[in-house]
Order: sequence, then C-alpha cells, then structure tokens
Amino acid sequence: MKKVLLSSIILIIGITFIGRLSYLQIFSFSPDQVLEDPAIKAIYDYPERGYIYDRNGKLLVGNDPAYDVMVIPREVKPLDTLEFCNLIGMDKEVFIYKLKKAKVYSPRLPSVLVPQLSKEDYAKLQEKMRHFEGFYIQKRSLRYYDTKSAANVLGYISEVNERDLAENPYYVQGELKGRTGVEKTYEDTLRGKKGVQYIQKDRFNRDIGPYKDGALDTPPEQGKEISITIDKDLQEYGELLMHGKRGGIVAIEPSTGELLSMISGPTYDPSLLVGRKRSKNYTVLYNDSIANPTWDRSLLAEPSPGSPFKTLNALIALQEGVITPETKMKCYNGFYVGRTKRGCHCGGGVRDLNVGIYKSCNAYFAGTFRKIYDKFETMDEAMDVWEKHMRSFGLGGYLGSDLHTGRPGRIPSKEYYDKWYGDNRWSSSFIISNSIGQGEVAVTPIQLANMTAAIANRGHYFTPHILKKVNGKEITIPEFTELKQTTIDRKHFEPVIQGMAEVYRRGTARWVQIPGIEIAGKTGTVENFTVIDSVKTQLTDHSIFVAFAPVNKPKIAIAVYIENGYYGSRYAGHIASLMIEKYIKGKITRKDLEKRMLEKTLDHEYAKPYSGEEFKINEYVW
Amino acid sequence: MSGKSLFKRIDWLTIFIYIALVVIGWVNIYSSTFTDTDPSIFNFSSLHGKQLFFFGVSILAIILIMALEANFYERFSSLLYVIAIVLLLGLFVFGKTIAGATSWYNLGFFNLQPSEFAKVATALALAKFLSDIQTDIKRRKDQLFALGIILLPAILIVPQPDPGSALVFFALLFVIFREGLPLSYLVIGILTIVVFIATLMFGTIWVAIILGLLIVIFFLLKKKTFKVPVFPVISIVVATILFSLSVDLVFNNVFEQRHRDRFSLWLRLEKDPQKLEQIRKTIGYNTYQSEKAIESGGFFGKGFLEGTRTKGDFVPEQHTDYIFSTVGEEWGFVGTATVILLFTFLFLRLVFLAERQKNPFSRMYGYGVISILFIHYFINIGMVIGVLPTIGIPLPFFSYGGSGLLFFTILLFVFLKLDSNRLKEGF
Repeated sequence: MKKVLLSSIILIIGITFIGRLSYLQIFSFSPDQVLEDPAIKAIYDYPERGYIYDRNGKLLVGNDPAYDVMVIPREVKPLDTLEFCNLIGMDKEVFIYKLKKAKVYSPRLPSVLVPQLSKEDYAKLQEKMRHFEGFYIQKRSLRYYDTKSAANVLGYISEVNERDLAENPYYVQGELKGRTGVEKTYEDTLRGKKGVQYIQKDRFNRDIGPYKDGALDTPPEQGKEISITIDKDLQEYGELLMHGKRGGIVAIEPSTGELLSMISGPTYDPSLLVGRKRSKNYTVLYNDSIANPTWDRSLLAEPSPGSPFKTLNALIALQEGVITPETKMKCYNGFYVGRTKRGCHCGGGVRDLNVGIYKSCNAYFAGTFRKIYDKFETMDEAMDVWEKHMRSFGLGGYLGSDLHTGRPGRIPSKEYYDKWYGDNRWSSSFIISNSIGQGEVAVTPIQLANMTAAIANRGHYFTPHILKKVNGKEITIPEFTELKQTTIDRKHFEPVIQGMAEVYRRGTARWVQIPGIEIAGKTGTVENFTVIDSVKTQLTDHSIFVAFAPVNKPKIAIAVYIENGYYGSRYAGHIASLMIEKYIKGKITRKDLEKRMLEKTLDHEYAKPYSGEEFKINEYVW
Repeated sequence: MSGKSLFKRIDWLTIFIYIALVVIGWVNIYSSTFTDTDPSIFNFSSLHGKQLFFFGVSILAIILIMALEANFYERFSSLLYVIAIVLLLGLFVFGKTIAGATSWYNLGFFNLQPSEFAKVATALALAKFLSDIQTDIKRRKDQLFALGIILLPAILIVPQPDPGSALVFFALLFVIFREGLPLSYLVIGILTIVVFIATLMFGTIWVAIILGLLIVIFFLLKKKTFKVPVFPVISIVVATILFSLSVDLVFNNVFEQRHRDRFSLWLRLEKDPQKLEQIRKTIGYNTYQSEKAIESGGFFGKGFLEGTRTKGDFVPEQHTDYIFSTVGEEWGFVGTATVILLFTFLFLRLVFLAERQKNPFSRMYGYGVISILFIHYFINIGMVIGVLPTIGIPLPFFSYGGSGLLFFTILLFVFLKLDSNRLKEGF
C-alpha cells in the first residue's frame, strides 16, 4: 500500500495537470489575433485620399486636414470629466456613453470620440491633450470641394459603420469610406491603402520594438488621383439651368461614351456632407421626400421616353424594310386603334418619314409600328425582333457603366404582356402606345442620352462611363473603350437624322436654334399621372428633349428630362439648346433665352398636387 | 557484477530525462530573456548565458559526485546537515538581500542560496537517521526527532522570508510515512486541510452541520454490536469545531489582506464577479497573465521566440517561477504535455529505483529526492496553470537560477551514485 501510494499520487497529479492544460490550451484556446494580442499595437499610417479632377484637369475635390479625438479605453486614467468635456465641447452624458461604446468595441483599439475637429478647435486642444491619458488626436483629411455642383456625381464619404467593419476587415473604426458617386465606385483607387506598423509592447504598455522585426508591416499606398469625364463648367452651368426644376440632364460625348455632365435637380452643395455637420445635413436632405435631392434623377428616374422614342421605331422599320423614307401615311389629326381615335398635334395631312419626325406625327409612327408587326406572322415573333433592336441601343437593361447606381428602365417583351394580360390574350392595339414612346416603355435619362449618342454615331455607342484618367493615365478598360454595335445598319440613320435636324430648322424646336451650330434633336411630351387621395390624377406633362450636335461630327449628345415641364421644347428643349451652345461655343449668345431659363422655376407646378385644391394642368404660364 | 564499470551501472534513463528537462528548460529561459540586441547563447552576462554556465558547473559536480565513494554521503550526512544549518544561521548575519528576501551569500561571481543546499543535506540526514539500526519510527521519540530534522531548516528559512522553500521541507514527511509512520497521521493532516478549506468556503456552521450528518450516517450504518467509543467521537467533534472557529479567527485577524485575497481568488470566495475579476487582475495578476499566455499557445504553440506575451514580459518572473508559461505559449499543448510526461516518467522511474535499493539509506534518500522534486513540480506547475494559490518556488531543472540547478542536480545524482552502487559488497 505504501509502496504504490507515491506512484499513484504522481500519476493522479500528472493526469490532473494534463487535464487542466488541455482545458486551457485546447478547449478554451483563443488564438491571439495580431490585432487582439495585448502585446501588439498596430499603428496606422493613412495616405491622403486621391484628388478628383474634371476632364480638363480642373480640380473638383481635394482634401482639408481634420483632427479626430481618439480614445483607447483601457489606457484612460481617472480624469476630470467635466474639464475634459468642456475642452472638447461635449455633454458629460454623451461623453460617458461614447466612452462606454468605445469600450464595447474594443478596450484596447482606438475609437473616435470626437470626429473631425476644425483647425481652430484642434489648436485649443492640442497642448492640453497630454494631460489626459488614453486620449490622443489623430490627423485625418476631410474632403474639400472646389465646386458647389456635381454632388450626385462625386458622392460623399462617411465614417464606416458596424456593417462595413463586419463586411470588410480592411476598415478600422473611424475610417472613412465612399458612400455614393465616384467616391463609392472608385473607393479603392482613391483611398489607397493604409500602412500599418506592428509594435511589440511590454506589460507596462511601452514599445519595445517592432513585432517580428516588422515582417508584417506594410507601407502606405498612396491614393490615386483620378480625372472624371465630367466637364466642370458644363456641369455647373447645367445645375444653374436646373434651378427650381426637377429632372435630369445627361450629356455624353458620342465618340467615346464619356459623360460630359450628369445633372440631377434639385441638388445640393457637396460641402454640406463634410465634417461634423454631415449627418445633420444629410438627415435634412434625406427627409425631403418630395423634392428628394439625394435621389439622382439622371440615373434613377424612369419616365416614358415620349416622342424621342419614335426615332428608334423609325430606324427599326427601315431596318426591317417595312418602310422607306418615302413611304407616306395620312394623319387625320390622329389615328384609330380599333374604333377609338387617338389624337395628334401635327396638324394632319400626308406625312413621310422626314415630316413625321419633325412634326412628331403620332399617326405616322402608329402606322409604322403596325407595319413592323404586320411583317411577322405572329405578334410574339414581332415583339422579339422589336425588343432585340431596342435592347441593342442599351435600353431595357443596365448599361454596365461605372456609376454607383442605376435603373434598367423597361422595354416590354412578349413575356411581359403574357404575364400582364395572360398568354396570347393581347394584340397590337394593346401595345400601340409604345410606337410613340408612351405605354409600357420606360427609359432613364442616361439611357436616353446613350440612345441619342448611338444615333449620332450612326449605329454604335460606347458604354457611358465617368472615369477618364487614373494618376494622369487615360483608362484602357475594354468595357468602356470597345464599341457596341446596334442592330441597325448605318445607311438607315441618315434619313432619321435629317428628320431630327429638321426639328430644329422648322419643326417642334425651331424656337431654340443656335446660330452657327447644326443640331439634330427630338422633343418629347410625356403624359404622367399621380395618385391624390386615391384618385388617379393627371399632372402637367413631362418635358423631354434629346439632341446631338453638330449633326455631321457630333461632339455632344444630350438628354434633358424636366418633370412637369409641359411640352418638349418648352423647358427641355431650351435647356438642351443652351447646354449644347455652352459646350461647343463655350459661351452663350442668346442672353434672353438664358435669362428666362435661369429665372423660371416650376415650383408652382410641383406645389399643385400638394395644394389640396383643384388645379389645371398644361397651362401656358411663361 | 561489481566488476562492471560505473558507466554501465548508472541509470541512463534517468540521466536522459534529466538532460531533456534541462535542455528544454534552458531553451525556454533563452526565449523568455531573449532580446534582439543580444542573441548570442554564450554571452555569460546574459541570464541564459549564466544558466548555461551553471549547467557546465553542474556537469562538473556530477563528475565529482560519481568520483567520490558511495558511502561518503552516508558517512558525512550528519556533518553536511550541520554545515547547512550553520549556513542558514549565518544568513542572519552575512546574508545578501535580493527582492526582499535575505536568502543568499554573495560569493562574488555568483550568489549561493544555502536553502537549496539544505534540501540535499536534510534529505541525507533524514535518511541517515531513519536507516540507523537504533531508530524505531513507531516510537514517539524517534518520530519527533525525525520531525525535528525536517523542521529545523524550515524554521530557519521562514524568516528570510521564503515560506515557499520552507514548505518544501514538509514534503520529506513522506519519507517517514514510507518508513512506517502510521498513515493515520496523513489522514489527520488531509482532514485538517479539508476542514480548513471547507470553513473558508462554507463557514463554521456548515462544517458543524456536515459533521453532524456524517455522525448520523455513521450511527445508521454501524453494526448493532459495534461499541461506540463515546469519548473519542466527542473529542473529534469538539476539536473540529474549535479548529474551524480558529480558522475563521486566524483568517480574518492574523492573515494579511494579500493572503486573504489569494485564498479568495483560489477558492473563489469572492462572489461578486466584478470584484473577483478585479482580484484576478491585481493580486492574481501573475497567474492571470500566465494562464492567458498558456491559453494563447493553443495546441501547437506560437513557435520558438514567437511568444508575443513572453516577449512583452507580460508574465512577471517568467524566466524563474513562471517558466512553464513560456513552454505553454511557444510550444503549446504539445510542449506542456511533453514536460508533464517527462516529469511523471522521471518520478516513476525514481520510485522504481528507490524501491530496488537493498540498502535502506539509499532507499530513504531516494524517497527524499522524489519528495523534494515532486513538491516543487506540483506547487510550481499548479500555480502557473492556476489550480493552486501563488507560492513562489522554482520548477526543478527548468527555472532560471544557478544554485537551484546545481543543487537539484546534486540532489538527483547523489541518488544515482547510490543506485549505481546498490549491488556492491560491503557497502
């Protein structure tokens, strides 16, 4: 008994120790992550965010220094809370709450206590800061905008939230990230890559040298500067013209697909979303659900295109060989769908393609549309062909641009109608509205502009894009530099373009000619409805205009969409004309026209549905 | 048999384990004292360099031990014991104070810790006394004398103060048990500890209630014919309750707060989790850090010289008492389990060797060696992995310290020398 006693004790203790060790090292094993290891501190080196320039090298966005008050909770020593709060200008309750939140995030990683101090506040704080252990000031840079325009294009940056932190391990609390616009799309390019240095610390939290001799350290990678395709002057001018109007303008350089301007009205000064007032201002903008300034109408609005769509129908009819430019159709101040008459404002008479376009004759295009589907034995077949042609212009789907948002619009397919009306329970009369760009078709302003660019190019386009140069080097992204061919032969474009040129010479837009520049364009007037007190109510028509110029060597293709601007040439046509002149000539010769556009607002129109009273639509109020 | 050379008679298995432990220990000392500026292993001004030097000294000591006659140790054990006691007494006059403890003699090139020497001498003296033909361990007088041999150095070491080292001597009680001290002493000892812990955890009232219940069960289970020894039972109950009450008294009035906190932490007496965590990170700081370091090692460890907590000196005293946490962090469970197994094999091997001795002195000394090594191992690792309260004693062959390594080596190899001579005539 006594002989085995000691051996048994030795064995029992050995087993107990191994049991305890396996509990510690196997069951409750928690590996020290580099960032969680108390013995290692990461020091970040933030590169400056890249500048953004316009297509001509004019600065749009730069940086301003800003200072964050940071806290490392576990290093905070008892302090005179009141004095500190006075110093940083924060309520005691907020301070305590923020400190607690920082502790929850991580007791040993830095959290932002007060973001983005101004230079003045920083100067006050700087010298007193060292009295408060656990707090320090981190220099960052804030965006500085050298323009009051292009907020929707440029986008804004804001502090990463918990979701960003969970999604992308790159980010650490307090860092900034692009939220919309170019800042979002080219976040990685602009941001660069922060450098990191791991420091081995001892238990007194003193640095004792680089961790693993700096093997894991990385130097910062500079953010790249980019040039975007936007023309700063044109963008700013367009936003002036949009004063008091809602809608979107998109201008494209047809030969490259570069977006010259992308205007959404109403808009806001991008500087509003910078610094400490950002979230307050953002809330105000976001909560304006009626004017909706944060909603980019140039990319997201999906109105029916109206009459500009007629040009595409004409091209399809020519391509399918169902009409020639000389084919004539009679307009009875309207046309008949079954026994119902649909109206036309062209004045009536016998129309060929040229007249049909410049007078925007509904009857002519209804007839043309009928000829297209009469060519095929079944409606299904006809719809497939029509849809294929339409889609080749970038309609009815995402364009694949490098913009942060977008909408597909709609080109109805046979499936769409089958679903809506039941299989084969629809006929040509159900879809005839598409011939004049009403009905089920929906197109965003950028698609409209792209379609115009395709016509200007006589049959091809380049995917619209916003990035022009990175660090001064022109981009070579195949998606943007390779040509996209439409399904229409080049020869069919000339008669249509002639018709569009006539629109300016003697058609619906003869009032807005520009001396010395030959423009091709097409007006659009789009009926639209809203619901007021659960009653479908018609509002003043949307004013739409597409144009490109000069006709023979197009430098700009533009689409203008003005909500409730009445007929096509009234607002949209004027604005398109001024934009083209501004871009091509660099100055405006027609000062009275310009003055009228800058001063006129549509606020009275936009107030109508909310007035609670009966109102008239489509009034002539100049 | 006697013709065989010492080389063949010595127990190489033990030597192999010894070398393995010393080498692993040194590697970890190297790692825990490593600085990038001074990576040379032969730099004798560095701690790992010094330890390497003492390993060399230890090997010289081994050669000396092997060269001496085996009966030297038995013959001179009393003298060595007297020298040890004199050295311990001398500390009160000539001692050098390091880290608050006057435990060293300054010999210029190194500091000698006589308590380490006393361990060897006491083990020898105890074996000598117990193996004497005139000694009968069943006799009360001899029991007290044996106890005296153990207690004398311990009493001299306590005021240094070095209670941890003093505690080690009590392990030698095991030798006396092995040689015939009734086990009831051991049982009473264990019960005392149980009552002590139970009082702290549950209070005197619960101890009394549990005791009452045990007596009731005893009466229910006893045979009808069994005559209850009334007086002893009553005296046990009274003694237990008095002891329990005195524990309360001593704990609250004699112990200092830091002692109380250690027990609060170990037995989780503090019920408020926040306060407990507070104690854990202040009083239990060393253990807390060492547990964390071991935990972060995982199964395979972070690798040699890769322990960030070791490098950051997060575990205080890591190269001495907490050296095992370096093993845990850098070599993981693989490393710690290997070390535990090596120690376990060493102890079992030594038990086997001790039991095969024909000479009672050799056997008793062997048990003394095992007892001393084992109590160090048990208390040290128990503390480092957080199952025992903090008691600062080194891990044999592992912890940094010249005297420690040298005298643990001497302790072990004297026994190996005795073992190698076990079959010699006339010994």
